[in-house]
Order: sequence, then structure tokens, then C-alpha cells
Amino acid sequence: MRKYSVFALAREAMRAHKGWDQQWSSPEPKPEYDVIIVGAGGHGLATAYYLAKEHGITNVAVLEKGWLGGGNTGRNTTIIRSNYLYDESAGIYEHAVKLWEGLSQDLNYNVMYSARGVMMLAHNIHDVQVFKRHIHANRLNGIDNEWLTPEQVKEFCPPINLSADARYPIIGAALQRRGGTARHDAVAWGYARAAADRGVHIIQNCEVTGIRRAPNGAVVGVDTNRGPINAKKVGVVAAGHTSVIMNMAGVRMPLESYPLQALVSEPVKPLIPCVIMSNTVHAYISQSDKGEMVIGAGTDQYTSYSQTGGLHIINHTLDAICEMFPVLTRLKMLRSWGGIVDVTPDRSPILAKTPVSGLYVNCGWGTGGFKATPGSGNVFAHTIARDEPHRINAPFTIERFTTGRLIDEAAAAAVAH
Amino acid sequence: MLLIKCPYCEEERPELEFRNAGEAHLVRANPIIEQSDDDFAGFLYFRQNPKGLQFERWRHIHGCGRFFNAVRDSVSDKFLTVYKAGEPRPDVSTLLSPAAAEPAEPPVTKRPRAKKVEVSQ
Repeated sequence: MRKYSVFALAREAMRAHKGWDQQWSSPEPKPEYDVIIVGAGGHGLATAYYLAKEHGITNVAVLEKGWLGGGNTGRNTTIIRSNYLYDESAGIYEHAVKLWEGLSQDLNYNVMYSARGVMMLAHNIHDVQVFKRHIHANRLNGIDNEWLTPEQVKEFCPPINLSADARYPIIGAALQRRGGTARHDAVAWGYARAAADRGVHIIQNCEVTGIRRAPNGAVVGVDTNRGPINAKKVGVVAAGHTSVIMNMAGVRMPLESYPLQALVSEPVKPLIPCVIMSNTVHAYISQSDKGEMVIGAGTDQYTSYSQTGGLHIINHTLDAICEMFPVLTRLKMLRSWGGIVDVTPDRSPILAKTPVSGLYVNCGWGTGGFKATPGSGNVFAHTIARDEPHRINAPFTIERFTTGRLIDEAAAAAVAH
Repeated sequence: MLLIKCPYCEEERPELEFRNAGEAHLVRANPIIEQSDDDFAGFLYFRQNPKGLQFERWRHIHGCGRFFNAVRDSVSDKFLTVYKAGEPRPDVSTLLSPAAAEPAEPPVTKRPRAKKVEVSQ
């Protein structure tokens, strides 16, 4: 792999950009690998990268039904933050933020991590109490989060509407300055390039149709539309389709798959300098480096695999956005789309071993998995390589739904679920 | 937005009048105290979440207020049928057979049409 640098850019500029290599190869699948990862999204590719980098396991295949990064990795609103209430969540999301901070250097790929600040608006006394509790909990865990008065909110984000006549007036906000955004596609591409460089096979258009088991129940490989592939360890990182894949191994999951929509506006000049979230009016917005307003909505109410949702959900979100930013009222929306998110009952992920020997699962990230991509891949690689969870993901088991030891971010609602 | 037929009101109404209530035909053990932890977790949290035909509950919350069940394809989001709470699970093979799709069939077996507002990709 040739290193990307300002000198490489200058060199290629002199010769009409004819010297750029392919970023990753597309090899034919081998009959056997040490580890198979099902799903080449950000989390799956990150898992493969850290398996190779930190655990020396390079005989790895990442199998992808469609194209690399074409699922929720390419469909989210790219928000990064770690201001979760519970210690377990703080551990894993903060692990990810720390990796985000050095990720572009680590991968030699500009993932455009921009710590522009994530501001969560409070509209009523309940919000104020909840956010202040979050701020204190975060600070006890060493995570930055601070309270802003309405005046400070306006100073941090000038276009916001502070009018007392607003239907939901803004009476403060919690701000995590290290939160921000990254370029979602570049994250998948950067991990793919760096993993392929270390010998990982990325096999696209290869759909897993079955999980092969030995008579003693242990995993011995997978069936695909390109033939069987053997591996003693299989990691399922299939987001909305996790229930489908796990069903092939006879494992039922505490998951439901919902459509989650997002949309972008026409590009305009820089206006919104940070990420704004509001749980109460249920909307979140940031401005991409291209100038588009990137807006996220809530999930539809019914389970579905359709990768599309109802227009009334988007309408509801835009009502809230126009209320917070009247200046955006005349903006045209260019595109909207849906992804399928796998939601657990407590809205916390599952990164764990399964009842089937050799089968591992990383799922349940629901509406907020992008922010965790590096941390999730990092600890999941540890779980697969050592056959035991990392200290950080040890609480995120499937068994917690039987023991009752939930990590109930659903109730804590640090996120606009 | 889905168009949903309420089997009590016998009318197609927009999704906004309804509240989805999750997987149908989950039966709570009686007496629940004798159920194992694993079985109770299965009842409470573990779901089939199928890609394809699924049985689900809806409540006509801004209408008659009653719960009913539906069979819906989770890929196309099209409803195959709706039926009242307490009625047995309909036989999917007859719902999918060509005879059931015939327009000349009596109204009781007529499939309610579900339309969906397309969102541009």
C-alpha cells in the first residue's frame, strides 16, 4: 500500500492522477479462513482491521451481501459523541471517541473526524434535570460534558431560535465539545484499505445463506451464494439483518428491525457550526462539509426490512427543525432514504459470544451505531481472537436479557430514539 | 404511510390512527411463577423478527381503541390480512395461494390493499 500524504498528492497532481492504486483488492474466496466476518460495514471492517493489527490474525475474510459500506454505514447522520449515562455505555462509547481522535493517522486515511461539538437542547424542566444528571455522570467517568445557558447556546450556535414564543422554547443545553461528525464512507473505505493491506480478504456480492455446524454444534463455516467457506470462528456484524443470520444457526435474538430515515438539503454556505440534537422535539441536524444540512428522523413504529419509511416521520422532523431554525424554512430537501436498524429492548448493543461455540455477534446498535465504529470493532476483535470479551464489552452480553442486568439507555434516553 | 384495515371498524384508515404493538401470539405463561428464567426472557424480550411474513399486533388507538392482529410482509410492508384479537393464526399458505388473490372471492377473504407512500431514494 502506498502511503497517502501531501507529497503523494503533489506527485499525482503533476502526472494527471494516473498513479493512484486501487484501495483494496477483490480476491476470490479461499476455501478456508481463520475468521469470517459477516457484513462489510464499518463495524465489520473495523473488526477485521483490529484482528489483523492487534491480534496478528490476518487470514480473515469479510463477506458482504451487497457492496462495502452500503448499509447503515452509508446511511447514518455521522454523529459522534460519548455522553451516555451508564458506566458500561460510557466505557464503550468513550473508547470509540478516543480511537476517533487518532483514526485518520492510524489508517492513513482522512476520515474527516471533526470535533465540532454536540449540543443537546433542553426545552423543559425535565430535560434540564435529565441533562444535568448526564453531565455529572459523564464527568465522573472522565467524559467532557457541560451545561450551557440560553445565551451561551446562542453564542455557540448563532442561527438557533431562542424566542420565548417558540412552541418548545430553549432553556439550556448540554454540550460535549469532543463530539462531532466524521465522513461515514471514508470510515468504511479507510478500514477496508488498511485491513486489505494487512492481508484481509474483502469479498463483496457474497451473501451468506447458511451457517455450517459440526455434529458437536460448533461452527465450521458458512454457506454462501459463491459456495461454502470454512472457518472455526464466525463473527456476525449484520446490523438490521442480524436476526436473519443468527436464525441460520438457530439462535433467537432480542432484536427488532425498524426503518430509520434521514435526509439532506441542498448545499448552502456554512451556517450551522455544530451538531444540534433535541430529544423533546425529536430532531437532529448538522451541516456537512459539502454544505448540506444532514437531518435525522426517528424510527417508524413497525418492524420492517424495506429500507424505506413513512413520509409523515420526515414531515414531523422537519416541523421541529423549522421551529428551531426558522432560517431553514425555505431550504429545499434533496434526498431522503432509510436504513434498517436492529434495536434491543434496552437500546444498548450486544457484543458477545453466543450459545454456539465459535459464533460471535456484534449487533443491537439501533439508531446510534456509527459513533461506536472504531471502539466496537476494537473490542469485538479482542472477543473473537481471545474467545473472551474485553473488559469494555463484557457487560454487553445476550444473557443480560435473562438475568435482568440490562444497560437501560432506553430509559436514560441520552439519544433521540 | 401504511393504510391499515381495522377488522372491528371494517375500514381502511391511515397509519396515524394506529399504534403498532409488536409481535402477535405471544402467550404469557399461567401460572407465570412456574416459568423458567429462559422461557420468561423469551416471552419478554426475544423476538422472531422475520424477513418476510410476520404476525403482528396493532391497536386502533385513535379509532375504536381495540387491539387486533395482522399478517404483513416485512420486505414489501404489504398487509395480507387482518383479524380480530383472539382469533386463531390464519394459514399463511391459503393467504398466499392464487385463489385468495382472486377478485371474485367473497369479501371475507378479500385481501385488504395496503399502499405506501414511496420515498425517493
